[in-house]
Amino acid sequence: MSNNNSANKHEIVEKNVGLMAILTVFAISFGALVEITPLMFQKDTTQPVDGLRPLTALEMEGRDIYVREGCYNCHSQMIRPFRDEVERYGHYSVAGESVWDHPFQWGSKRTGPDLARVGQRYSDDWHYAHLMDPRSVVPESNMPGYPWLDENVLDGKLTAKKLEVFKGFGVPYTEEDIQGAEAAVKGKTEMQALIAYLQQLGTHLK
Amino acid sequence: MTSFWSIWVIVLTLACLALILGLLLWNLKNYVGVKEGESCGHEFDGIEEINNPLPKWWTYMFFATFVWAVYYLAAYPGLGNWQGLAKWTSSNQGVTSLAESKKATEEALANGEKVQLDQEIIAAEERFGPIFEAYAKQDIETLAKDEKALEIGQRLFAQNCAQCHGSDARGGTGFPNLTDDDWLYGGTPDKIKETLLQGRVAAMPPWKDALGEQGVKEMTAYVLSLSGRKVNQKDAEAGKAKFAMCAACHGMDGKGSVAHNLPFGAPNLTDNIWLYGGSQRAVEETLNHGRAGVMPAWKDILGEDKVHLLTAYVYSLSQNKQ
Repeated sequence: MSNNNSANKHEIVEKNVGLMAILTVFAISFGALVEITPLMFQKDTTQPVDGLRPLTALEMEGRDIYVREGCYNCHSQMIRPFRDEVERYGHYSVAGESVWDHPFQWGSKRTGPDLARVGQRYSDDWHYAHLMDPRSVVPESNMPGYPWLDENVLDGKLTAKKLEVFKGFGVPYTEEDIQGAEAAVKGKTEMQALIAYLQQLGTHLK
Repeated sequence: MTSFWSIWVIVLTLACLALILGLLLWNLKNYVGVKEGESCGHEFDGIEEINNPLPKWWTYMFFATFVWAVYYLAAYPGLGNWQGLAKWTSSNQGVTSLAESKKATEEALANGEKVQLDQEIIAAEERFGPIFEAYAKQDIETLAKDEKALEIGQRLFAQNCAQCHGSDARGGTGFPNLTDDDWLYGGTPDKIKETLLQGRVAAMPPWKDALGEQGVKEMTAYVLSLSGRKVNQKDAEAGKAKFAMCAACHGMDGKGSVAHNLPFGAPNLTDNIWLYGGSQRAVEETLNHGRAGVMPAWKDILGEDKVHLLTAYVYSLSQNKQ
């Protein structure tokens, strides 16, 4: 150790792991502070689009099935602002459409097509046939079938609780919505719930 | 963005850039008190640290990225609300309705701002629009014989219609076959175009309550007999007696709404073509629970010019029979 030169301030950081960690966090925090923090307070990203309404009780159950079955693994819900996407799927997705999604279902991979505006694109009958056996309507499809959804019947015991939790997130559910939730889904199949959820996707930007 | 957050972003971004530049400049100086190329005087596991300067190529690249960052932040939106000298943006963010989106597009165009997506769409329209427009001026009968037009129509079909009607347009259970002569809403070019533009909603009501189990059985027998199927004659006679309730849509002879110029989309029951299956069980299910076929409207999605071409393609499918 011939070098005890006090001018070498770099050595302080090199020999002090704790300080180095603090400075590292300081350095990388710039990105988050600039790119993430302002989004939480911006009107653009927190204000719902004009036509947005909370999911009905049945649609909420459908959303949970969408998550449970991992639909987001193969389907995105995010139309990017490119001409090819806009021409195929419709108007690009805007932030105000997913402010009441917790968590949002944007996804990141498209093995199947984007579903952000699939609502009302096909009939309920089509969705039923397609979810039971995708190849009955699209022979080229490699999507798995989900026939058990037609057998599983919802009891609705937790539906009201789900709406309540979402109300806590700031989704404007009324007392009536929450009280009527169980009755609204009881006896419906998971298939009906999932189709109800799919049929409203992307229909709120009017 | 409010001006607070705008300033927040600007200050932090510029401060970060300044710190990075400062760090680089600081590290270019030899401040360790050891001559360049000489040992720093310590070794670990036989590895000795030499006081080497930063590689020149690396340093110049670092400066280049800095210059790029300054250019980028000046030209493009990055610093808070600063729009950028290039007046560029990817799309109109933060719109809350389709009307607002349209307005934002028009305003950006009027102000000479470059919205990437809008520009792409305008460029595509300039290039492809006239092609579709020229086809839209020709009548559908002519287009149905134009190979080029049919090729485009076929692409549109594969992209938008094949999901239900199949890539060969032969349909499936619940989705009409478009290659035969059996039409629910009419197979003339005008009618096909109308179907495509506005969509169709069919409603076969459930008859379970009105007919009862025995009644449904009898009606099934009669309906099947209309296309010459072998049935229990007694049941068929009983069904026929009640057929008046079906005649409002299917016609007294069961030939369907097209034959009687009615707008309901009620199928012809006498041709042995079955949209939902022609087995006794399938017909009973149709009668018991009803059916609700839906054809979506394509006017807003594809626009009239493309629908015109698509009509020609669909029309051609049932024309070129040998």
